[in-house]
Amino acid sequence: MATDATTTSPSPRRAGYRFNLTGLVSLVIVLAWAAIAILAPYITPHGVSDIVDTDYFGPMSQSFPLGTDYLGRDMLSRILFGARYTVGISLAATLIACTIGVTLGMAAAVTGGWFDTALSRFIDALSSIPSKLFALVAVAGVGSSIPVLMLILGIIYTPGSYRFARALAVNVNTTDFVTVARIRGERLSYLIGAEILPNIIGPVLADVGLRFVFIVLLLSGLSFLGLGVQPPEADWGSLVRENIGGLPFGAPAVMAPSFAIASLTIAVNLLIDNLPQKIRDRSE
Amino acid sequence: MNLHLLSLLGGRLLVALLTLLIVSFVVFCATQILPGDVAEILLGQAATPEAVAGLRTAMHLNDPAILRFFRWLGGMLTGDLGISYANNRPIAELIAGRLGNSLQLAAATALFSVPIALALGITSAMLRGSLYDRSVTMATITVISVPEFMIATSGVLIFAVWLKWLPALSFARDVHSFGEMLRIYAMPVFTLSFVISAQMIRMSRAAVVETLNTPYVEMAQLKGASRTRVVLRHALPNALGPIVNAVALSLSYLLGGVIIVETIFNYPGIAKLMVDAVATRDLPLIQSCAMIFCAVYLLLITTADIIAILSNPKLR
Repeated sequence: MATDATTTSPSPRRAGYRFNLTGLVSLVIVLAWAAIAILAPYITPHGVSDIVDTDYFGPMSQSFPLGTDYLGRDMLSRILFGARYTVGISLAATLIACTIGVTLGMAAAVTGGWFDTALSRFIDALSSIPSKLFALVAVAGVGSSIPVLMLILGIIYTPGSYRFARALAVNVNTTDFVTVARIRGERLSYLIGAEILPNIIGPVLADVGLRFVFIVLLLSGLSFLGLGVQPPEADWGSLVRENIGGLPFGAPAVMAPSFAIASLTIAVNLLIDNLPQKIRDRSE
Repeated sequence: MNLHLLSLLGGRLLVALLTLLIVSFVVFCATQILPGDVAEILLGQAATPEAVAGLRTAMHLNDPAILRFFRWLGGMLTGDLGISYANNRPIAELIAGRLGNSLQLAAATALFSVPIALALGITSAMLRGSLYDRSVTMATITVISVPEFMIATSGVLIFAVWLKWLPALSFARDVHSFGEMLRIYAMPVFTLSFVISAQMIRMSRAAVVETLNTPYVEMAQLKGASRTRVVLRHALPNALGPIVNAVALSLSYLLGGVIIVETIFNYPGIAKLMVDAVATRDLPLIQSCAMIFCAVYLLLITTADIIAILSNPKLR
C-alpha cells in the first residue's frame, strides 16, 4: 500500500524518497491542477462567461487554444475555471468522507461489541446502494447546491472509508501497546487518536487518494446528467453536458473537459501506484 | 459439513433481505428529508390553503413518517408502486415498458463482454509481466479512471462522426431489420462493455495470478508440464470459482454505467426514466426505480458471494 498522495508533497530530492519517472510526471500533473484551481481567476486568458467569438463550437485556433463553446465562450478559460469546482468540491467531499469514515471505523474497532456490529451492519447496507443511484436519490431529495453536493458525495463514500479503516484498525487493536493503554484507563478519543491512527495513517492516506478519484468521477457523472453543479457555474462534467450538441461536428469543446478529468484521475491513480519506496514501506 | 454450508447460504440470503429493508428505509428517508411540501408542489403556487390541506389528507401526508414508510413498503410488496406525480399514471405501468429495454441492453452487453474480458484477463495472467500484460493492465486502469461519458463520447466521435459507421446520439424507435437493430445497439453496448470489461479483466487476472502462485501449480511446473497445460488443467479449474465471482461482481458495475449510457444515447430504459424523474422531482417514481436498481444490485452481489462460498472446497 502507498500513501501521501494528494495532501502533502514529499520532496523528490531527498535520498530514499526518489520518485520514478511515472510517479514524478503524475505528481507534476496533480500539483498543476491544484495550482490552476487556486489561481484560476488570474490565469484565464478570457472572461469565463464572456462571449468572445462570433462563431459557436469554434475549432482550435491561436486565440482560442481549445476552441469555443456553444455560445462562443473561450473553452480554455472555462476549463481552467471549472477546475475550481471539480477539484474543490471533490476535495471537500473526500475530506468529509474520510474524516467521518476513518473516525467511526477506528471507534468501531476499538469499542467492539454491539456498537461495532450495529454500525457495521448499517454501513454494509449503505454500501450496497450503487453510488450513482444513491447520488440520484439524494439529489432528488435535497437538491444540488454546492454545499449539498459536497455533503452528499461525502456521505456516499463514507462506507468505503469506514470499512477500510476498520479492517486496518482491528489489526492494530490486538497489539500489546493498545491493550496496555486500555488497561491504563485511556479514553476512546486517546486510543484512536494516539494509538491507532499513527499506525494506519499510511494506507489511510492512499485510500484518501483513491476515494478522491471516485468522487471526481461521480461528481462529473452527476453534472453530466445535469443533476450536479448547476449553471451558470460549471465544473468539467457540466462543460461536457452543455457542449454535447457539438459532438456531431467533432467540436473540441466536447472532448477537452473529458480529457481534463481523465488527466487528473489517471495522474492520481498512477501517483499512488508509483509513490517512492520509502513512503510505501512506512505504511506497511 | 453440508448442514454448515446450508446455514452459511441461508445466513447470506437473510443478510441480503435485511440489507434490502435498510436500503428501502434509506431511500425513503432521503426522499423525505426536504421540508418542501409535496401537496404544494403538486398544486402549484395558485392553490388555496384549503385545497392543499385537502390533498394532504388524501395523500396521507399528515400521518407520521414511519407509518407512511410501512404503507409504501407494503404497497411495493403487493405490486402497488403508487402513482407518478408528473403524469398521474401508475408507476408499475411506466416501469413495465422500460424494464424490458434495460434488461435487453444489459443482456447484450454481458453476452458481448464476458467472453472477451475473460479471454483478456486469463491470457494476461498467463503472460504476466510481458508487454502484452502491461498494456492490458494500463488500458484497464485508464478505462477505470475516466468517466463513462468520456468513453461514450469518444466512441461516437470515432465511429459515428469520423468513420460514419453508426448513427450518433439518436435512438430510433421503429426498427425494421436485424442490421438496423445491430447498428442502434452497437454504441450503447460498446460503451457499457468497455466499462464492465475493465473491471472483469482486472478481477479475473488477479484470480488466475493467485492460483498460479499456489504450490500445486509449482509442482505441475516442476513435473515438466507445459505452460498451457499448467494453466488449462491445473490452474483454471481451481480459479473458476473466483472468476465466476468476478463476473457477477463486474456485472453490478452495469448499473452505474447504464445510467450514463441510457441518458447519452437517449435509450428508453429504466435508468433514463429515473434520471428524468430526478429532474422533475417525481419522488414516487424515483423511489420505485431506486428500489429496483438496489434489488438487482443486491441480487448480483449475493450471487457472487454464494458462488464464492460454493466454489470453496474447504466448505464443501
